[in-house]
Amino acid sequence: MNNLFSIFFALAIANNFILVKFLGLCPFFGVSKKLSNAISMGAAVTFVMVLASFATSIIYHYIFVPYGIEFMNIVIYILVIASLVQIVELIIKRTNIRLYNALGIYLPLITTNCAVLGVTLINTQEQYTILESIVSAVGGGVGFTLVLIIMSGIRERLELCDCPKAMKGLPIAFITAAILSLSFIGISSLM
Amino acid sequence: MECKEESRSLASETKTRKSMSSFWKEFLKGIVVSNPVFILVLGLCPTLAVSSSLDNALGMSAGVIFVLLGSNIIIALIRNATPNLVRIPVFIVVIATFVTILTLSFEAYLPPLYESLGIYLPLIVVNCIILGRAEVFASKNPVLLSIADALGIGLGFTLALFIISFIRELFGTGTLSIFGRELLKLPVLSEHPLTIFILPSGAFLVIGFLLALFRWTGVIKGE
Repeated sequence: MNNLFSIFFALAIANNFILVKFLGLCPFFGVSKKLSNAISMGAAVTFVMVLASFATSIIYHYIFVPYGIEFMNIVIYILVIASLVQIVELIIKRTNIRLYNALGIYLPLITTNCAVLGVTLINTQEQYTILESIVSAVGGGVGFTLVLIIMSGIRERLELCDCPKAMKGLPIAFITAAILSLSFIGISSLM
Repeated sequence: MECKEESRSLASETKTRKSMSSFWKEFLKGIVVSNPVFILVLGLCPTLAVSSSLDNALGMSAGVIFVLLGSNIIIALIRNATPNLVRIPVFIVVIATFVTILTLSFEAYLPPLYESLGIYLPLIVVNCIILGRAEVFASKNPVLLSIADALGIGLGFTLALFIISFIRELFGTGTLSIFGRELLKLPVLSEHPLTIFILPSGAFLVIGFLLALFRWTGVIKGE
Protein backbone atom coordinates (compact mmCIF):
# COMPACT_ATOMS: atom_id res chain seq x y z
CA MET A 1 0.00 0.00 0.00
CA ASN A 2 2.81 2.35 0.98
CA ASN A 3 4.54 1.49 -2.25
CA LEU A 4 1.44 2.50 -4.26
CA PHE A 5 1.29 5.87 -2.49
CA SER A 6 4.92 6.58 -3.21
CA ILE A 7 4.44 5.72 -6.90
CA PHE A 8 1.42 8.02 -7.03
CA PHE A 9 3.18 11.01 -5.46
CA ALA A 10 6.39 10.44 -7.36
CA LEU A 11 4.59 10.67 -10.69
CA ALA A 12 2.13 13.40 -9.68
CA ILE A 13 4.57 15.87 -8.06
CA ALA A 14 8.23 14.89 -7.89
CA ASN A 15 8.47 13.56 -11.46
CA ASN A 16 5.65 15.68 -12.79
CA PHE A 17 5.11 14.79 -16.45
CA ILE A 18 5.03 18.32 -17.80
CA LEU A 19 7.35 20.32 -15.57
CA VAL A 20 10.04 17.78 -14.70
CA LYS A 21 9.89 15.08 -17.41
CA PHE A 22 8.84 17.34 -20.32
CA LEU A 23 6.15 14.93 -21.52
CA GLY A 24 2.99 16.25 -23.15
CA LEU A 25 4.25 19.76 -23.82
CA CYS A 26 2.27 20.27 -27.04
CA PRO A 27 -1.15 20.23 -25.30
CA PHE A 28 0.43 22.13 -22.39
CA PHE A 29 1.21 25.15 -24.54
CA GLY A 30 -1.61 24.61 -27.03
CA VAL A 31 -4.59 24.03 -24.76
CA SER A 32 -3.66 25.89 -21.60
CA LYS A 33 -5.09 29.23 -22.75
CA LYS A 34 -8.55 28.63 -21.25
CA LEU A 35 -9.44 26.99 -17.92
CA SER A 36 -12.42 24.97 -19.23
CA ASN A 37 -10.37 23.46 -22.07
CA ALA A 38 -7.56 22.61 -19.68
CA ILE A 39 -9.88 20.62 -17.40
CA SER A 40 -11.47 18.58 -20.22
CA MET A 41 -8.09 17.93 -21.84
CA GLY A 42 -6.60 16.80 -18.51
CA ALA A 43 -9.52 14.46 -17.84
CA ALA A 44 -9.37 12.94 -21.33
CA VAL A 45 -5.60 12.37 -21.14
CA THR A 46 -5.86 10.83 -17.66
CA PHE A 47 -8.61 8.47 -18.84
CA VAL A 48 -6.65 7.31 -21.88
CA MET A 49 -3.47 6.98 -19.79
CA VAL A 50 -5.16 4.66 -17.29
CA LEU A 51 -6.73 2.52 -20.02
CA ALA A 52 -3.47 2.38 -21.98
CA SER A 53 -1.43 1.45 -18.90
CA PHE A 54 -3.86 -1.33 -18.06
CA ALA A 55 -3.89 -2.74 -21.60
CA THR A 56 -0.15 -2.48 -22.22
CA SER A 57 0.86 -3.95 -18.87
CA ILE A 58 -1.42 -6.95 -19.51
CA ILE A 59 0.17 -7.37 -22.95
CA TYR A 60 3.65 -6.96 -21.46
CA HIS A 61 3.19 -9.46 -18.61
CA TYR A 62 1.18 -12.12 -20.45
CA ILE A 63 2.48 -11.94 -24.03
CA PHE A 64 5.85 -10.16 -24.24
CA VAL A 65 7.58 -11.72 -21.24
CA PRO A 66 6.50 -15.38 -21.80
CA TYR A 67 7.49 -15.27 -25.49
CA GLY A 68 10.57 -13.08 -25.00
CA ILE A 69 9.56 -10.38 -27.49
CA GLU A 70 10.02 -7.29 -25.30
CA PHE A 71 11.72 -5.44 -28.17
CA MET A 72 8.34 -5.19 -29.94
CA ASN A 73 7.04 -2.83 -27.25
CA ILE A 74 7.28 0.46 -29.17
CA VAL A 75 5.31 -0.71 -32.22
CA ILE A 76 2.67 -2.58 -30.21
CA TYR A 77 2.19 0.15 -27.57
CA ILE A 78 1.62 2.89 -30.11
CA LEU A 79 -0.90 0.70 -31.96
CA VAL A 80 -2.71 -0.13 -28.69
CA ILE A 81 -2.88 3.57 -27.79
CA ALA A 82 -4.11 4.57 -31.25
CA SER A 83 -6.88 1.97 -31.23
CA LEU A 84 -7.86 2.79 -27.61
CA VAL A 85 -8.24 6.46 -28.53
CA GLN A 86 -10.48 5.44 -31.46
CA ILE A 87 -12.64 3.24 -29.21
CA VAL A 88 -12.94 5.93 -26.52
CA GLU A 89 -13.88 8.43 -29.21
CA LEU A 90 -16.64 6.14 -30.53
CA ILE A 91 -18.03 5.39 -27.05
CA ILE A 92 -18.13 9.04 -26.03
CA LYS A 93 -19.76 9.97 -29.34
CA ARG A 94 -22.55 7.39 -28.84
CA THR A 95 -23.20 7.99 -25.14
CA ASN A 96 -22.49 11.65 -24.44
CA ILE A 97 -22.55 13.87 -27.49
CA ARG A 98 -22.10 17.04 -25.45
CA LEU A 99 -18.81 15.86 -23.96
CA TYR A 100 -17.74 14.72 -27.42
CA ASN A 101 -18.29 18.21 -28.85
CA ALA A 102 -16.49 19.80 -25.90
CA LEU A 103 -13.38 17.67 -26.40
CA GLY A 104 -13.45 18.14 -30.16
CA ILE A 105 -10.06 17.94 -31.84
CA TYR A 106 -8.18 17.12 -28.61
CA LEU A 107 -9.35 13.50 -28.51
CA PRO A 108 -7.61 12.23 -31.69
CA LEU A 109 -4.53 14.28 -30.80
CA ILE A 110 -4.06 12.26 -27.60
CA THR A 111 -2.61 9.46 -29.77
CA THR A 112 0.53 11.51 -30.39
CA ASN A 113 0.72 12.84 -26.83
CA CYS A 114 4.09 11.82 -25.41
CA ALA A 115 2.63 11.58 -21.90
CA VAL A 116 0.50 8.54 -22.81
CA LEU A 117 3.28 6.58 -24.49
CA GLY A 118 5.64 7.88 -21.81
CA VAL A 119 3.67 6.38 -18.92
CA THR A 120 3.46 2.97 -20.61
CA LEU A 121 7.23 3.01 -21.26
CA ILE A 122 7.94 4.05 -17.67
CA ASN A 123 5.77 1.15 -16.46
CA THR A 124 7.81 -1.25 -18.56
CA GLN A 125 11.14 0.29 -17.59
CA GLU A 126 10.37 0.19 -13.85
CA GLN A 127 8.90 -3.33 -14.14
CA TYR A 128 5.64 -2.29 -12.45
CA THR A 129 2.92 -4.90 -11.86
CA ILE A 130 -0.52 -4.34 -13.38
CA LEU A 131 -1.88 -2.63 -10.25
CA GLU A 132 1.22 -0.43 -9.91
CA SER A 133 0.93 0.53 -13.59
CA ILE A 134 -2.64 1.73 -13.08
CA VAL A 135 -1.61 3.74 -10.01
CA SER A 136 1.29 5.31 -11.87
CA ALA A 137 -1.04 6.28 -14.73
CA VAL A 138 -3.51 7.87 -12.30
CA GLY A 139 -0.66 9.74 -10.60
CA GLY A 140 0.77 10.95 -13.88
CA GLY A 141 -2.66 12.00 -15.10
CA VAL A 142 -3.48 13.88 -11.90
CA GLY A 143 -0.16 15.71 -12.04
CA PHE A 144 -0.70 16.53 -15.72
CA THR A 145 -4.20 17.91 -15.07
CA LEU A 146 -3.02 19.88 -12.03
CA VAL A 147 -0.28 21.67 -13.96
CA LEU A 148 -2.58 22.28 -16.93
CA ILE A 149 -5.13 23.94 -14.62
CA ILE A 150 -2.52 26.06 -12.78
CA MET A 151 -0.99 27.15 -16.09
CA SER A 152 -4.31 28.05 -17.68
CA GLY A 153 -5.20 30.23 -14.68
CA ILE A 154 -1.89 32.06 -15.00
CA ARG A 155 -2.12 32.40 -18.77
CA GLU A 156 -5.59 33.95 -18.59
CA ARG A 157 -3.97 36.75 -16.59
CA LEU A 158 -0.81 36.88 -18.73
CA GLU A 159 -2.99 37.87 -21.69
CA LEU A 160 -3.66 41.16 -19.91
CA CYS A 161 -0.17 41.77 -18.54
CA ASP A 162 2.09 44.54 -19.79
CA CYS A 163 5.19 42.60 -20.77
CA PRO A 164 7.72 43.49 -23.51
CA LYS A 165 6.38 42.94 -27.02
CA ALA A 166 8.98 40.31 -27.91
CA MET A 167 8.00 38.31 -24.80
CA LYS A 168 4.26 38.16 -25.57
CA GLY A 169 2.72 34.75 -26.16
CA LEU A 170 5.02 31.72 -26.14
CA PRO A 171 8.24 33.18 -24.62
CA ILE A 172 6.52 34.45 -21.47
CA ALA A 173 4.64 31.13 -21.21
CA PHE A 174 7.97 29.28 -21.26
CA ILE A 175 9.41 31.52 -18.55
CA THR A 176 6.28 31.04 -16.41
CA ALA A 177 6.70 27.30 -16.85
CA ALA A 178 10.31 27.63 -15.69
CA ILE A 179 9.24 29.28 -12.42
CA LEU A 180 6.47 26.71 -11.90
CA SER A 181 8.92 23.89 -12.56
CA LEU A 182 11.30 25.32 -9.96
CA SER A 183 8.51 25.33 -7.37
CA PHE A 184 7.63 21.70 -8.14
CA ILE A 185 11.27 20.68 -7.70
CA GLY A 186 11.22 22.58 -4.39
CA ILE A 187 8.15 20.65 -3.20
CA SER A 188 9.67 17.32 -4.19
CA SER A 189 12.86 18.01 -2.23
CA LEU A 190 10.75 18.72 0.87
CA MET A 191 9.10 15.30 0.70
CA MET B 1 13.51 0.27 -78.73
CA GLU B 2 16.95 1.71 -77.97
CA CYS B 3 15.86 5.11 -79.11
CA LYS B 4 12.94 4.97 -76.72
CA GLU B 5 15.22 4.04 -73.86
CA GLU B 6 17.54 6.90 -74.68
CA SER B 7 14.82 9.50 -74.80
CA ARG B 8 13.48 8.24 -71.52
CA SER B 9 16.88 8.51 -69.85
CA LEU B 10 17.30 12.01 -71.31
CA ALA B 11 13.94 13.06 -69.93
CA SER B 12 14.80 11.67 -66.53
CA GLU B 13 18.13 13.49 -66.66
CA THR B 14 16.53 16.89 -67.20
CA LYS B 15 14.08 15.99 -64.50
CA THR B 16 16.93 15.25 -62.10
CA ARG B 17 18.65 18.50 -62.96
CA LYS B 18 15.49 20.43 -62.29
CA SER B 19 14.91 18.58 -59.04
CA MET B 20 18.51 19.22 -57.97
CA SER B 21 17.78 22.93 -57.48
CA SER B 22 14.57 22.21 -55.61
CA PHE B 23 16.54 19.64 -53.60
CA TRP B 24 18.72 22.46 -52.24
CA LYS B 25 15.71 24.68 -51.75
CA GLU B 26 13.92 22.09 -49.61
CA PHE B 27 17.14 21.29 -47.79
CA LEU B 28 17.93 24.90 -46.80
CA LYS B 29 14.31 25.65 -45.96
CA GLY B 30 14.31 23.26 -43.01
CA ILE B 31 17.40 24.72 -41.37
CA VAL B 32 16.39 28.35 -40.94
CA VAL B 33 13.14 29.48 -42.58
CA SER B 34 11.04 26.70 -41.09
CA ASN B 35 13.29 25.57 -38.24
CA PRO B 36 11.26 22.87 -36.47
CA VAL B 37 12.03 24.04 -32.94
CA PHE B 38 12.29 27.81 -33.04
CA ILE B 39 9.78 28.62 -35.77
CA LEU B 40 7.31 25.75 -35.99
CA VAL B 41 7.67 25.07 -32.21
CA LEU B 42 7.33 21.30 -32.75
CA GLY B 43 8.93 18.39 -30.95
CA LEU B 44 9.44 20.26 -27.72
CA CYS B 45 9.48 17.25 -25.41
CA PRO B 46 12.81 15.75 -26.54
CA THR B 47 14.29 19.19 -27.24
CA LEU B 48 13.90 20.30 -23.66
CA ALA B 49 14.46 16.96 -21.97
CA VAL B 50 17.79 15.93 -23.51
CA SER B 51 19.34 19.38 -23.86
CA SER B 52 21.06 19.33 -20.46
CA SER B 53 24.33 18.17 -22.06
CA LEU B 54 25.92 18.40 -25.49
CA ASP B 55 26.44 14.61 -25.72
CA ASN B 56 22.77 13.87 -25.18
CA ALA B 57 21.71 16.58 -27.60
CA LEU B 58 23.98 15.30 -30.38
CA GLY B 59 22.93 11.68 -29.80
CA MET B 60 19.27 12.64 -29.90
CA SER B 61 19.78 14.68 -33.08
CA ALA B 62 21.49 11.76 -34.78
CA GLY B 63 18.58 9.52 -33.82
CA VAL B 64 15.98 11.97 -35.07
CA ILE B 65 17.81 12.48 -38.39
CA PHE B 66 18.00 8.68 -38.89
CA VAL B 67 14.31 8.12 -38.17
CA LEU B 68 13.23 11.17 -40.17
CA LEU B 69 15.30 10.11 -43.19
CA GLY B 70 14.15 6.48 -43.06
CA SER B 71 10.47 7.23 -42.57
CA ASN B 72 10.43 10.01 -45.20
CA ILE B 73 12.02 7.69 -47.79
CA ILE B 74 9.66 4.78 -47.11
CA ILE B 75 6.56 6.97 -46.93
CA ALA B 76 7.47 8.77 -50.16
CA LEU B 77 7.93 5.37 -51.83
CA ILE B 78 4.58 3.97 -50.70
CA ARG B 79 2.64 7.21 -50.94
CA ASN B 80 0.62 6.13 -54.00
CA ALA B 81 -0.15 2.67 -52.64
CA THR B 82 -1.44 3.88 -49.26
CA PRO B 83 -5.21 4.32 -48.98
CA ASN B 84 -5.97 7.80 -47.74
CA LEU B 85 -8.20 6.58 -44.91
CA VAL B 86 -5.51 4.54 -43.11
CA ARG B 87 -2.49 6.71 -43.92
CA ILE B 88 -1.86 7.91 -40.36
CA PRO B 89 -1.69 4.37 -38.84
CA VAL B 90 0.57 3.32 -41.73
CA PHE B 91 2.89 6.30 -41.08
CA ILE B 92 2.99 5.51 -37.36
CA VAL B 93 3.92 1.87 -37.98
CA VAL B 94 6.71 2.89 -40.39
CA ILE B 95 8.07 5.42 -37.88
CA ALA B 96 7.79 2.96 -34.98
CA THR B 97 9.74 0.37 -36.96
CA PHE B 98 12.62 2.77 -37.57
CA VAL B 99 12.57 3.83 -33.91
CA THR B 100 12.80 0.17 -32.87
CA ILE B 101 15.83 -0.30 -35.15
CA LEU B 102 17.40 2.84 -33.68
CA THR B 103 16.73 1.84 -30.06
CA LEU B 104 18.17 -1.65 -30.56
CA SER B 105 21.30 -0.30 -32.30
CA PHE B 106 21.89 2.32 -29.60
CA GLU B 107 21.48 -0.36 -26.93
CA ALA B 108 24.02 -2.57 -28.69
CA TYR B 109 26.66 -0.09 -29.83
CA LEU B 110 26.29 3.02 -27.62
CA PRO B 111 25.15 1.77 -24.20
CA PRO B 112 26.10 4.92 -22.22
CA LEU B 113 24.11 7.16 -24.56
CA TYR B 114 21.23 4.67 -24.51
CA GLU B 115 21.20 4.83 -20.69
CA SER B 116 21.28 8.61 -20.47
CA LEU B 117 18.63 9.18 -23.15
CA GLY B 118 16.32 6.72 -21.35
CA ILE B 119 12.67 6.77 -22.41
CA TYR B 120 13.21 9.76 -24.68
CA LEU B 121 14.77 7.50 -27.31
CA PRO B 122 11.63 5.37 -27.87
CA LEU B 123 9.55 8.53 -27.52
CA ILE B 124 10.88 9.69 -30.91
CA VAL B 125 7.82 7.78 -32.21
CA VAL B 126 5.48 10.49 -30.98
CA ASN B 127 7.76 13.37 -31.91
CA CYS B 128 5.45 15.75 -33.78
CA ILE B 129 8.25 16.74 -36.20
CA ILE B 130 8.48 13.28 -37.76
CA LEU B 131 4.77 12.57 -38.15
CA GLY B 132 4.33 16.18 -39.26
CA ARG B 133 6.90 15.82 -42.07
CA ALA B 134 5.35 12.50 -43.12
CA GLU B 135 1.89 14.03 -43.35
CA VAL B 136 2.81 17.44 -44.77
CA PHE B 137 5.71 16.56 -47.06
CA ALA B 138 6.65 12.94 -47.71
CA SER B 139 3.10 11.78 -48.45
CA LYS B 140 2.84 14.29 -51.30
CA ASN B 141 6.36 14.50 -52.77
CA PRO B 142 8.82 12.21 -54.60
CA VAL B 143 11.66 10.42 -52.83
CA LEU B 144 14.52 12.80 -53.65
CA LEU B 145 12.69 15.88 -52.36
CA SER B 146 11.61 13.98 -49.25
CA ILE B 147 15.26 13.14 -48.53
CA ALA B 148 16.16 16.85 -48.86
CA ASP B 149 13.30 17.77 -46.57
CA ALA B 150 14.31 15.18 -43.96
CA LEU B 151 17.95 16.29 -43.98
CA GLY B 152 17.05 19.97 -43.78
CA ILE B 153 14.54 19.60 -40.98
CA GLY B 154 16.89 17.19 -39.18
CA LEU B 155 19.78 19.66 -39.35
CA GLY B 156 17.48 22.48 -38.22
CA PHE B 157 16.55 20.35 -35.21
CA THR B 158 20.23 19.63 -34.54
CA LEU B 159 21.10 23.32 -34.72
CA ALA B 160 18.36 24.27 -32.25
CA LEU B 161 19.28 21.45 -29.87
CA PHE B 162 22.96 22.41 -30.12
CA ILE B 163 22.30 26.06 -29.22
CA ILE B 164 20.10 25.17 -26.25
CA SER B 165 22.38 22.47 -24.86
CA PHE B 166 25.47 24.65 -25.41
CA ILE B 167 24.01 27.39 -23.19
CA ARG B 168 22.71 24.94 -20.58
CA GLU B 169 25.93 22.96 -20.25
CA LEU B 170 28.18 26.04 -20.29
CA PHE B 171 26.31 27.90 -17.54
CA GLY B 172 25.06 24.86 -15.64
CA THR B 173 28.44 23.18 -15.18
CA GLY B 174 30.95 25.84 -16.23
CA THR B 175 32.60 23.40 -18.63
CA LEU B 176 31.95 22.15 -22.15
CA SER B 177 32.79 18.62 -23.23
CA ILE B 178 31.95 16.43 -26.20
CA PHE B 179 32.12 12.64 -25.77
CA GLY B 180 34.44 12.80 -22.78
CA ARG B 181 36.83 15.41 -24.20
CA GLU B 182 36.85 18.73 -22.40
CA LEU B 183 36.71 21.70 -24.75
CA LEU B 184 36.33 24.66 -22.46
CA LYS B 185 36.50 25.46 -18.77
CA LEU B 186 35.35 28.79 -17.38
CA PRO B 187 37.40 29.98 -14.37
CA VAL B 188 34.74 31.08 -11.84
CA LEU B 189 31.69 29.26 -13.21
CA SER B 190 33.21 25.80 -13.00
CA GLU B 191 33.62 26.21 -9.23
CA HIS B 192 30.25 27.88 -8.67
CA PRO B 193 28.02 26.67 -11.51
CA LEU B 194 24.52 28.08 -11.99
CA THR B 195 22.75 24.79 -11.28
CA ILE B 196 19.37 26.12 -12.40
CA PHE B 197 20.45 25.70 -16.04
CA ILE B 198 20.86 21.94 -15.57
CA LEU B 199 17.56 21.60 -13.70
CA PRO B 200 14.42 21.07 -15.81
CA SER B 201 13.38 24.68 -15.26
CA GLY B 202 16.57 25.85 -16.97
CA ALA B 203 15.34 24.32 -20.23
CA PHE B 204 12.13 26.35 -20.14
CA LEU B 205 14.08 29.47 -19.20
CA VAL B 206 16.63 29.13 -22.00
CA ILE B 207 14.12 28.42 -24.78
CA GLY B 208 11.83 31.20 -23.53
CA PHE B 209 14.60 33.80 -23.60
CA LEU B 210 15.95 32.50 -26.93
CA LEU B 211 12.53 32.83 -28.57
CA ALA B 212 12.15 36.33 -27.13
CA LEU B 213 15.65 37.25 -28.35
CA PHE B 214 14.92 35.99 -31.88
CA ARG B 215 11.71 37.99 -31.97
CA TRP B 216 13.35 41.11 -30.57
CA THR B 217 16.13 41.03 -33.15
CA GLY B 218 13.56 40.35 -35.87
CA VAL B 219 14.84 36.91 -36.88
CA ILE B 220 11.36 35.56 -36.16
CA LYS B 221 8.19 37.55 -36.67
CA GLY B 222 6.11 37.68 -33.48
CA GLU B 223 2.42 36.85 -33.13
